[in-house]
Amino acid sequence: MSENIIYGINGPVVTIKGETGLSMMEMVYVGEKRLVGEVIRLDKDETTIQVYEETTGLKPGEPVYATGGAMCATLGPGIIRNIFDGIERPLSAIAEHHGAFIACGCSESALNEEKEWEVVVTVKQGDVLHGGDIYGECPETPVVAHRFLVPPSLEGEVVETAPDGKYKINDTIVKIKDKKGNVHELTLCQRWPIRIPRPVKKRLPSQRPLITGQRVVDTLFPVAKGGAAAIPGGFGTGKTMTQHQLAKWCDADIIIYVGCGERGNEMTQALTEFGEISDPRTGRPLTDRTVLIANTSNMPVAAREASIYTGITLAEYYRDMGYHTAIMADSTSRWAEALREISGRLEEMPADEGFPAYLPSRLSEFYERAGYVESLSGNEGSITIIGAVSPQGSDFSEPVTQNTKRFTRCFWALDKSLAYARHYPAINWNTSYSEYINDLSDWYYENVGSEFLKYRDEICSLLLEESSLMEIVKLIGADVLPDDQKLIIEVARVIRVGFLQQNAFHKEDTYVPLQKQMKMMEVILYLYHKCRDVVAKQVPISKITGLGLFDKLVKVKYDVPNNALEMFDDYKRDIDKALDPLLR
Amino acid sequence: MILEHIGLNQINGSLVVLDGVKNAGYEEMIELRLDDGTTRAGRIVKIDGERVVIQVFEGTRGISMKNSTTVMSGRPMEMKLSPEILGRVFDGLGRPIDGLGDIYPECSRDVNGSPINPVSRVYPRNYINTGISSIDALATLIRGQKLPIFSGSGMKHNELAVQIVRQANVADGDDFAIVFAAMGVKNDVAEYFRRSFENANVMNRVTMFLNLSNDPIIERIITPRCALTAAEYLAFELGKQILVILTDMTSYAEALREFSSSKGEIPGRKGFPGYLYSDLASLYERAGIIEGAKGSVTQIPILTMPNDDITHPIPDLTGYITEGQIVLDRGLDYKGIYPPVSVLPSLSRLMKDGIGAGYTRDDHSMLSNQLFASYAKVQDAKALASVIGEDELSSADKLLMELGREFEEKFINQGYTENRTIEQTLDLGWELLSMLPKSELDRVDEDVLEKHYKPKA
Repeated sequence: MSENIIYGINGPVVTIKGETGLSMMEMVYVGEKRLVGEVIRLDKDETTIQVYEETTGLKPGEPVYATGGAMCATLGPGIIRNIFDGIERPLSAIAEHHGAFIACGCSESALNEEKEWEVVVTVKQGDVLHGGDIYGECPETPVVAHRFLVPPSLEGEVVETAPDGKYKINDTIVKIKDKKGNVHELTLCQRWPIRIPRPVKKRLPSQRPLITGQRVVDTLFPVAKGGAAAIPGGFGTGKTMTQHQLAKWCDADIIIYVGCGERGNEMTQALTEFGEISDPRTGRPLTDRTVLIANTSNMPVAAREASIYTGITLAEYYRDMGYHTAIMADSTSRWAEALREISGRLEEMPADEGFPAYLPSRLSEFYERAGYVESLSGNEGSITIIGAVSPQGSDFSEPVTQNTKRFTRCFWALDKSLAYARHYPAINWNTSYSEYINDLSDWYYENVGSEFLKYRDEICSLLLEESSLMEIVKLIGADVLPDDQKLIIEVARVIRVGFLQQNAFHKEDTYVPLQKQMKMMEVILYLYHKCRDVVAKQVPISKITGLGLFDKLVKVKYDVPNNALEMFDDYKRDIDKALDPLLR
Repeated sequence: MILEHIGLNQINGSLVVLDGVKNAGYEEMIELRLDDGTTRAGRIVKIDGERVVIQVFEGTRGISMKNSTTVMSGRPMEMKLSPEILGRVFDGLGRPIDGLGDIYPECSRDVNGSPINPVSRVYPRNYINTGISSIDALATLIRGQKLPIFSGSGMKHNELAVQIVRQANVADGDDFAIVFAAMGVKNDVAEYFRRSFENANVMNRVTMFLNLSNDPIIERIITPRCALTAAEYLAFELGKQILVILTDMTSYAEALREFSSSKGEIPGRKGFPGYLYSDLASLYERAGIIEGAKGSVTQIPILTMPNDDITHPIPDLTGYITEGQIVLDRGLDYKGIYPPVSVLPSLSRLMKDGIGAGYTRDDHSMLSNQLFASYAKVQDAKALASVIGEDELSSADKLLMELGREFEEKFINQGYTENRTIEQTLDLGWELLSMLPKSELDRVDEDVLEKHYKPKA
């Protein structure tokens, strides 16, 4: 094989002439600076490579080095708490060695190779191990035990184990002999190609919700553990804010936050904020369960395309250990645009709006990596994907939103007019949906209360009625409506402002347990039913609204602390006291 | 060894093709020497073996296949820098045009810059008091932020930018400097900025880059990069607080489109190249504060929305990158309200962490939330009034209409030289909210209401 040298350069796309011996999707180092690249097209006499770094200054004639393997992620202890770029280079180590700006061709190993981990080996000589089995573990952070997994393709008999103790990630702790008699050394880490899903034993139905503490999500449009949800919204509608809220409060064990082509300052914010907030369940900082992948909008576009895959590979690795992971991808539109950009450089035939024709298949491949599974080692784990979509011009009919809708079963549509009125989270209750509600109904029934879904349905129908009434109000004003319809508008206002709207900056309101959500619905509906009876007795509605009951309920989210749910009984008593005289 | 290549193989718009070039680097700068003794600068934009495509900055007029020689520089586009660049005027490629001669460079930097490592960024928190109520109270500007002004042709975005510069930062003293980049603006607009800086007595702290509307469009692609390279140098190496004004980003994006189509690239939406987002991001993301450096880069890009359409690709993609936006409204402009800031779509994303106790005042966030919410209701009332007439409105809606008018005339509207303190602005906000009944103020806590809610007797 002759040495491969660069022939042509066009942005992040580099071509090599002649027979190269490279294989498809093989990782290569390009040029003297050893920029990271990947083979994306092979021809008899031309090989095309996409480069994950700036190509400024690259010259034809510089060498291209083959690595013999596909683009891989390094999986091992030290992933959590870290912040990586799109191809799993540790940004804090880069900052330490190369300064505040990211220079080209800086190579840092993904995980700290010097750090020692307190390892416990859980297998003994003579054990037979299969792919995915656990052979040891170490505490990665105080809340995450890192379990070492046999690479999926390997099986054999343990021939040697190291004693428990401190090891670095490249130290061998177990040796196994396969059927052919080859001995394999197992260290604390392994590598896995990012574009290939890790195998599982079987997929299980998703029947448990991902509890987020956000009322509009948990109550109206819940997502299941192992499900996929999309958050589309124009700029300024609060996509990132919603993603941050979910990353902070959802009850997954591991959070992978992928900042894909977004703002640098937002990643910095996530980095500082997650370190300051403590997890309500463990009391430890959120960073102890979080991995950040930051490929900001000014970092090379090809690495942006890879960042999504890096993120999901990390998620799969922790899922195989038996954890429930959630991956937030902000934003998948930037990833799709990276695809478009590279496709354009390759001079491929464009489909809708310039996006390549394979956009839907790439999107579905990604979202199908979500799921609730039994892993090879027999543990149950899940991956929930929450993908933000930034539609061009806030137009939901564009290709990325439309295709995402096909592959996710939960759709939280963010609405500009709600955001303008500073109604956050700006999830529009008329255009959003969740197909998981039926799958999850048993869980809600057993764990929250038999009434929960009944209340939810009533809340939904009230909101629906309001929106059709508002059509009339917009044309002729609210005054002409009969009193029972005015009551619906008044109650719907309480639901919108008092229930759906949630203040992320308020100590009590930023996270609300399901029990309180149910109690809030209960008291709102209690008031509604009572008022309906009063109105039925021909009492004018102004008499009811004058009592201030509605305004009091709007503020109930602030006034009742999350741990004092018995206070809701006082509210009911107050409602009785105020309305019973009118009923007589 | 310096090699000269005689002649060219193809000329197409601003692009020329040269064969038989060995050892050319991607994005390397070249010099075209014409027979008449003039030179033009160019940059390599595509390499195919020994065939290179060069983008000529000053345009290709007068060049023939034979009358030029090409010299490689071996280096990418660089900007020469020294502390002397303050007070100087450069062309779109960073060459002095004020007749004061060359600068003596202390260093030179690649104009493309490098991405800031997110780990090394400092999250911006320090608010900038602009003295403009609509901005200070509702879309607060933060040091290290990129906050564009979305405007339209004929609206008063230039005045607003000058007012921000004059009122915001001059008080800071020597540490403060302005980098001004004009891309495709008219000569009198550039002149207006220069005169305004002079009147404000800050000209010696301004670095100007001018690519006027009759200058070659291909230079325009480099202009903001030169400006930002200068800004980064001043901020991160000399420790100054830099405010960068980029005007007009629409012209920049159109230049990019022209350049892209002449390269024969596949167009995306409205003919703009598919990489418009990445390209704009490579400019806007150069704002910020980095750890260990004293200075900061704050950006105020100005763009005119074609046909006042905020969903046009340029404002749309800008909004996805920048940390908020200040949107100007033609309706308000017609009413004679200055600055015509359209409050509802305007937003500052970094505001929430830069206001409140210790920064502005503890009631700031509740006040701004309430103003937004109430003003949104005003819009509903207005929509209803336009159908059934204002007289038919309910008394609550009439009150809202009244609030809307007062808000626009007293709060948004202010003089071109009027510099309101943050206390004045916030108190004015409470004065307006006090027109509404207390029950309408659902975004405000009871104790804050107690302190600030003062209805007229």
